[in-house]
Amino acid sequence: MIELPALGWQSIVIFVVFALSLLIATYCTYAERVIAAFLQDRVGPDRAGPYGLAQPLADAVKMFTKEEFFPGGANKALFVFGPCLAMITALMSSAVIPFGNIMNFGNNLFFLQGIEVNIGMLWVFGVVSLGVYGVMIGGWASNNKFSLLGAIRAASQNISYELAMGMALIAVLMISGTLSLRDITLQQSVAGEWHVWNIVKQPLGFIIFLVCAFAETNRTPFDLPECETELVGGYHTEYSSMKLGLYLFSEYVNIFVVSAVMSVLYFGGFNFPFQYELRDWFVSNQGWELASAQNLITILGTVGLFLKIFAFIFFFMWIRWTLPRFRYDQLMRLGWTILIPLAVFNIVLTGGLILAGVI
Amino acid sequence: MSPIFLFLTFVALLSALGVVFAKNPVHSVLFLILTFFSLSGHYLLLNAQFLAAVNIIVYAGAIMVLFLFVIMFLNLNVDTEPHKPALAKIAAAVAGGSLLLILVAALKDVTPTGVAAGTAFNSQIGMVDQLGMKLYTDYLLPFELASVLFLVAMVGAVMLGKREVGERNF
Repeated sequence: MIELPALGWQSIVIFVVFALSLLIATYCTYAERVIAAFLQDRVGPDRAGPYGLAQPLADAVKMFTKEEFFPGGANKALFVFGPCLAMITALMSSAVIPFGNIMNFGNNLFFLQGIEVNIGMLWVFGVVSLGVYGVMIGGWASNNKFSLLGAIRAASQNISYELAMGMALIAVLMISGTLSLRDITLQQSVAGEWHVWNIVKQPLGFIIFLVCAFAETNRTPFDLPECETELVGGYHTEYSSMKLGLYLFSEYVNIFVVSAVMSVLYFGGFNFPFQYELRDWFVSNQGWELASAQNLITILGTVGLFLKIFAFIFFFMWIRWTLPRFRYDQLMRLGWTILIPLAVFNIVLTGGLILAGVI
Repeated sequence: MSPIFLFLTFVALLSALGVVFAKNPVHSVLFLILTFFSLSGHYLLLNAQFLAAVNIIVYAGAIMVLFLFVIMFLNLNVDTEPHKPALAKIAAAVAGGSLLLILVAALKDVTPTGVAAGTAFNSQIGMVDQLGMKLYTDYLLPFELASVLFLVAMVGAVMLGKREVGERNF
């Protein structure tokens, strides 16, 4: 394994990833409304700027200038701490995601990844499991029955779906034999060999992971913690101003991170088909140097990864405006009696296939 | 002692004290979570990345969520806290003080010996692959026995939560 420096170039990468996460989350709010309008045969936001592109800015101005309201009897410190925690935990997990391969400038190697650790997958899993604290603390500190019910729903839902998610990850781990997200990505495409993305080897595991990702990010059809028809607004009933904005924002950051994780684990990360052939074509037919051809492939790979991420984000929104919400007992039954046994079966199946030498 | 170690130790001790002294049980739980984080930081300093991540996932991510869950349900606060008699408080202070005294007396002359001479210390033992090899070769029996213990605990929890014949919980 190549050791990455702790500071310097990597801090720039972390800053860029941080800024990109926020930018993508901002425009997710716009995309959500445009896609909703498209699916419901409406026009959608089109007043602010060309095609309504300045709509997120207008929303931000609205959020910041609204009255900041504290409900009576609320635990003030925790009431403020809740949305902050939701945002922090949402932003933390993108640190270990490999957004691109190596850039090579005059024998200086630059990795397009925040930090490379040999526990990358565990880090993502751990931070995702912490995400529920923001919701729980905010809901409890509001001193409101609906908020508390939303918080309790969020806690039990996250714990239930974490199990199936972890077991789906174990099957990926059995194939790859490493927890490093960079190594998992590189294994899905090796030069000169016929390699396939993990989705081909793990179709069942991917479906389990996808369903759990919806539940962990509190998205429809699993958005029971903020179910408007039963709980007014769920855990953020009492929130106003930018504190509400942080909760809504952290949901989109979570979607971005989960999409990135799914792209890396199952859809080859920054690899794209025929990348080595393309590199060799540039070297042999166009007379490029190997390093510059490799840099071009790296940039294309990063663009490809973001296209995969955007496709997943679109899928999240598509599902939201297509499927109705589950009932709470249905949600629990799906998690405990269908997804967890399926995930265990997937582990056994993967083990059997590895022993048989199929994958 | 590196500044990071000192900082983490400071945070760990302060938040551990916060667990005991916080009036609000929810604050106590949050301090306990912070303690687990600083302990994970110590594991990282000891080059035990796997242990650090698992500590966060299991304790901070799962067990403390359940703690918080239960405490939120119980709605504990200052009003509902039972008043403890003065005798109990004095007895607790004496017992705790004697434990501290014994611990200090027992540990004050201890010198850390490190690894016994003649055995090679592997600084990479905390990495996940090395730890896995060690667990599944040298310590296979204790590892498997621990898993049996977990299985028994799981079956017990399911048995306790199981619906009796004719009982309706909704």
